[in-house]
Amino acid sequence: MLITRRVEFSASHVCANPALSGEENRALYGAAANPLGHGHNYVLEVTLEGLPDPVTGMVFDLRELKEILQHNVTGPMDHRFLNREVTPFDRVVPTAENIAAEIWRRLEPNFRGTARLSNVRLYETEDLFVDYSEAAS
Amino acid sequence: MTRLTRRYRFCASHRLHTAALSDEANRELYGKCNNPWGHGHNYVLEIGVTGTVPLDSGQLVLVDALDELVERSVLREFDHRDLNRDVAAFARVVPTSENVAMEIRSRLLSAWPAEFPKLAGVRLWETKRNIFELTHEEQ
Repeated sequence: MLITRRVEFSASHVCANPALSGEENRALYGAAANPLGHGHNYVLEVTLEGLPDPVTGMVFDLRELKEILQHNVTGPMDHRFLNREVTPFDRVVPTAENIAAEIWRRLEPNFRGTARLSNVRLYETEDLFVDYSEAAS
Repeated sequence: MTRLTRRYRFCASHRLHTAALSDEANRELYGKCNNPWGHGHNYVLEIGVTGTVPLDSGQLVLVDALDELVERSVLREFDHRDLNRDVAAFARVVPTSENVAMEIRSRLLSAWPAEFPKLAGVRLWETKRNIFELTHEEQ
């Protein structure tokens, strides 16, 4: 069974690779390369996979899930400038692809019991989203 | 696995009617959608791509380039058009959303740049309640 929790955070970012010139970055990232940054209301959907516990009837305690998301993602990222305030985005370009992968890395160690992390979906806007998952190790 | 999905919109009219059946059988089969005057929808089209994210750019595909491809190969000819009469593919093929989704995929694949990541999904919302999805493997 899959369960999904949705949370939101608002953050600013600049999509530019420091190894490239300003002109190259504008060609690669378009308006997102503006050096002063811009922001989004990100929507994050975290999906867990598991079977309901025979005693509690739950795949995972949703209160605990809420705390894990708050501690690892929304706490550190909400109302922040990702490039300056959130590692590893001081050296990794905070594209939606890279943010989704970083969220996976932060969350996955919390779900190694009966419920496993199945998918991370990050909406940068209503019309653009990224799904990230890794096969179970 | 990283998959990026981009959502587009187009508004078009269509009529579901097949020459293979009688008028009465068409009315029976397609119901309201067989109205001889046609009707329209605000279609929502989701295009998904999948692949390995390049380390230097951190982006799977240049979204502006994907937008340009979809605009050029689909939206420009579908938006604010009558699918049956304005789009050659639907002169003989009934423009059900199943067939519209397949036509969209075929148009995208024939224009797909070699440097793009793999086309991983075409999902077409005819209304908020009717959603049609193809996968690459279905071809």
